[in-house]
Amino acid sequence: MKITDHVDRVDVRDKLKGVTRYIEDIVFEDLHYARTLRSTIPKGKIVKIDYPPIEEGITIVDHTDVCYKNEVAMILKDMPIFASESVNYVGEPISLIVGKDKDQIIRYYNQIKITYENDSSAIFTMDEGFEKGEIFSEHTFNVGSLEDITYDDCFVQEYETGYQEQVYMEKQGVVGTFEDDIVTVYGSLQCPYYVLNAMKHALNLDETKVRVIQTPTGGAFGGKEEYPSLMALQVAVAAMKVKKPVRLIFDRREDMAFTTKRHPSKSIIKTYLNNKKIVGMSFEINLDSGPYIGLSDVVLQRAIFTMMGCYMFDFIKVTGRTIKTNNIFTGAFRGFGAPQSMYALELHMNQLGRYLDIDPIDLRRPYFVKKGDKTSTNGIFNEDIYLDKMTDMLLDLIDYETVECEDDPNIGYGFSFIPHGGGFTGDGEAVHIKAEVHLKKDCDGDIHILISNVEMGQGAITALSKIVASALDYPMERIFYQQPDTFKVPDSGPTVASRTTMVVGGLLYKAALKLKNQLDSKEEILIKEYFKQPDYVKWNQDKLEGNAYMAYSWSIIMARVEVDPLTYEVNCTDIYGIYDVGVPIDERLLLGQIHGGVIQGLGYGLLEKMTSEKGLIQQHSFSNYVIPTTCDIPNIHSEWIMNKYVDGPFGAKAVGELTLVGVAPAVASAVEQVINKRINKLPVTPELILEVLNED
Amino acid sequence: MKIKFELNHEFVEVETTLSKRLLDVIREDFDLIGTKEGCAEGECGACLVYVDDLLVNSCLVPIANVVDKHVVTIEAFSKTDGYQKIEDAFVKAGAVQCGYCTPGMVMAVHELLKQYPNPTVEEVKEGLSGNLCRCTGYQSIFEAVNLLIEGGYLDV
Repeated sequence: MKITDHVDRVDVRDKLKGVTRYIEDIVFEDLHYARTLRSTIPKGKIVKIDYPPIEEGITIVDHTDVCYKNEVAMILKDMPIFASESVNYVGEPISLIVGKDKDQIIRYYNQIKITYENDSSAIFTMDEGFEKGEIFSEHTFNVGSLEDITYDDCFVQEYETGYQEQVYMEKQGVVGTFEDDIVTVYGSLQCPYYVLNAMKHALNLDETKVRVIQTPTGGAFGGKEEYPSLMALQVAVAAMKVKKPVRLIFDRREDMAFTTKRHPSKSIIKTYLNNKKIVGMSFEINLDSGPYIGLSDVVLQRAIFTMMGCYMFDFIKVTGRTIKTNNIFTGAFRGFGAPQSMYALELHMNQLGRYLDIDPIDLRRPYFVKKGDKTSTNGIFNEDIYLDKMTDMLLDLIDYETVECEDDPNIGYGFSFIPHGGGFTGDGEAVHIKAEVHLKKDCDGDIHILISNVEMGQGAITALSKIVASALDYPMERIFYQQPDTFKVPDSGPTVASRTTMVVGGLLYKAALKLKNQLDSKEEILIKEYFKQPDYVKWNQDKLEGNAYMAYSWSIIMARVEVDPLTYEVNCTDIYGIYDVGVPIDERLLLGQIHGGVIQGLGYGLLEKMTSEKGLIQQHSFSNYVIPTTCDIPNIHSEWIMNKYVDGPFGAKAVGELTLVGVAPAVASAVEQVINKRINKLPVTPELILEVLNED
Repeated sequence: MKIKFELNHEFVEVETTLSKRLLDVIREDFDLIGTKEGCAEGECGACLVYVDDLLVNSCLVPIANVVDKHVVTIEAFSKTDGYQKIEDAFVKAGAVQCGYCTPGMVMAVHELLKQYPNPTVEEVKEGLSGNLCRCTGYQSIFEAVNLLIEGGYLDV
C-alpha cells in the first residue's frame, strides 16, 4: 500500500453511533455546574458587586480564590483569570457561580448586581487605537529600498476584513476536579501543555499536582488553542474551593459572543510600477487584538511573513501592528493571520491585473518564487517550488480558453496563489516548543503513540498511526494512540500551525525507524525522539531575519461565481484548486481538509458577517451568524502534485490551514469581475455589493 | 410530574417539569448522549430524534409534547440494518471528522432517503440543509449519500 492510499479512519465508527463521549457527555460523581458572571461594560472600574445572601448549595469563585497568581500565562501574562478591580471588555469573566442545581444557579445569578464606574476612554476601532498610540506590537522589515527603484506609477488600495467565528460544533467546555491533592482539568482543547503550563503558573504547583486530560474534541479550528487555558484555570480554582468536580460549558451565545475569533484587519498595499512591471510593494496591516495581547503578536507575525505571497519584487516593505482595543479579544483561527494578509494581497493582484489590463495569471508568473530564491525575510526557499507547473495544471483543469471567452455578464472568475509555512514561525519549534514524542512497544508487540497532539476532527490519530505503521511495516490495528493526558504523554507541542503531521509525524517517523529492528524483542521498549532544527533553518527573532518557516505548502485557486443581477446574491458554483502539500498522508484525509477548508474560507468570503457595537458582538447565534449549509456550497475540483519534502514523514508538508486561506480573495475577485467595481471588504454580502454599486 | 412515553422501544416514566426540553431528558435522565446540543435553537440538527415518524430538533420540544409518543434516538437507530449501511457509507466516503454533528446527520440521511429513494442533487442539499457541519464541507457526506443510493438503501 502507498502512503497516499485511503485507509478507514480509526475513530469514526464510535462517532457515527453516538457513543463517543465529549466533555458534556462524561459522567462525574457529584458534578457541580458553573456559570460565568461577566462584565456588561467595555471598560471601567468595578465599584461593588452585590451578591444576594449566600444560599446552601451556591459557591462564588472569584479572583480572591486564586491561590497564587491571577494571571493566564500565554506568551505574556496580561490577562487575569477573573477580573478583580477593573474590566476591559464586555463579557470579561468576574466570577463563577457554582452549584449542583442549574435552576438554583440561574435564580441566584439573576439577582446579582454590579456597580461600575464607567471609563469613557474605551476604544472600539483600530483607527482610534492607532491614533491614541494603543499599539501592543509593531514590526517592520524590508527588502531593498524605495530609493533604489525607478517607478512611473503607484497603485494603492485599502482592504478591510471583519471577525470570523470558528463555530466548532461542540462548544467550549472543561471540567475541573480536585482529588488526592491533584487538580485535574478535562476538556475540549487543542493544547494540553499550554493549559498545564498556565495551571502551574497560576496555582504555583508542579506537574505532579496538576494534570490535563484532553477529551474528544468536536471541532476547534484554533478556537480551542488558547481560550481553554482561561476556562481551565477558572474550573481548577473552583474545584479546589468546592472540592468537587466543577463543569463549565458555555451556551452557544456565550461561546459566540465572548470567546476568541479571527482578528479584524485593515491593510494598505502600495504597488510601485514601471512600464507596467511591478518593481516594488509596500504593505501595512493592523490587527484588532482586543484588550489583551494573547497570541495576537504571533498571529501578526504569520500575517506579515506570509505577506509577499508567491512573489518576489526588487523592493518590499512590510509593517504590521497589533492594536489594543476594548473589543472582544481575538486569537487563533485556522490560517492565523494569513487569511487577512492573503486576502489583501491576492485581491490586490487581481485588481492590478484589471488596472493594467493584463491577464491575472500573466501578471503573476514573472514574479513567482523558486527554489534558492530569497524570501522577504532574507531567508532562502530550500525546497522545490512548482508554481509554474501548478498554474499550468489549473489552466488545464479549468479549461482556461472557455473561461476567457465567457460572455455571460453575470459570471465571474477570480484567482489566488497562496503559500503557507508549516509549523511555528522562525525558530519557534526549536526554541519554544522543543517537541518530544514517545513511541512505546509493549512486551506483546502492541505499539503506543505517546504525544500531546489531539484529534479534533482533522484525522490526526489516523494519519499518525498510519505513519508509524507504514514506517514499521506493521499492521495499523496494533498501533494505539494514547488520548493526551499530561500524566502519560510528553510535550510534543500544541495542535496548531499545521504542524501535527509534518513536525510531530516527522518525529514519530524517526522514532519508528529506530524501533524497527527491535520489533521482535519480548521486552518493553520506549523510544524518545526530540525535535532538532534542520540545518537550513536560520532565524534571528530580534531582526526577524532568516527562514520564517521550515517549508511551505502552496495552493492555487480559481473561483467561479454567478451574481444575481436583481438581488446581488452571489452563488459560488465552483472552486478549482491545485495543491502542493508535499506527499499527502492519505488522500482521503487531504480531501477532507480541502473540502472543509474551502467551505470555511467561502464562509469568510461571502457569508460570515460578524460585527461589534460598543464592544459587544452583534451576531451571537446560528440564526444571525450564517455559516455555509449544504445549499451554499460549490462543486470543488481539486488536484495535487507530489513534491516530497525531505524533513516531512514520507515527504509530507502542512495541510490544515492552507486550504482555507485562498478562497476569500478568489471569490471576492470573481464578484468584482462581474460588477466591475472594487469591493475591498469582507464578507462580500449582497448588501455590500449594493452599497458599492451605489457609490459615486 | 411524571411523564410517560416510549423511548427506543421501551415504555418509560420520568419525573420532571413539563417544560424541560426533550433533549435534556434524553441526555440527563437516560444518559443517551448520542443526541447533541449544537445551537439550542433548532438551526444545526445535532439533536435530531424521531418523535413517532417525525424527525425533530429535540432542543425545541418540551417534554410535555411527547407524552404517549415514541421517541427514537441514535442509540436505537444505530441497531437497525439501515443504520449499518449508512455507517459503512460514511466510513467509506470519509464523511466524519470531529463527529459532533454526525449522529444528527445520520438520522437526516435516513429521513432523506426514506422520503426520496432516488433524490436529485437539489433534494439532497435541501434535505440535509438543516444539519450544519463545520469540518467536512459536506462533499464527503454527499458522496456517502450517493453510495447509499447506488447500493439501494431502502432494499434493507
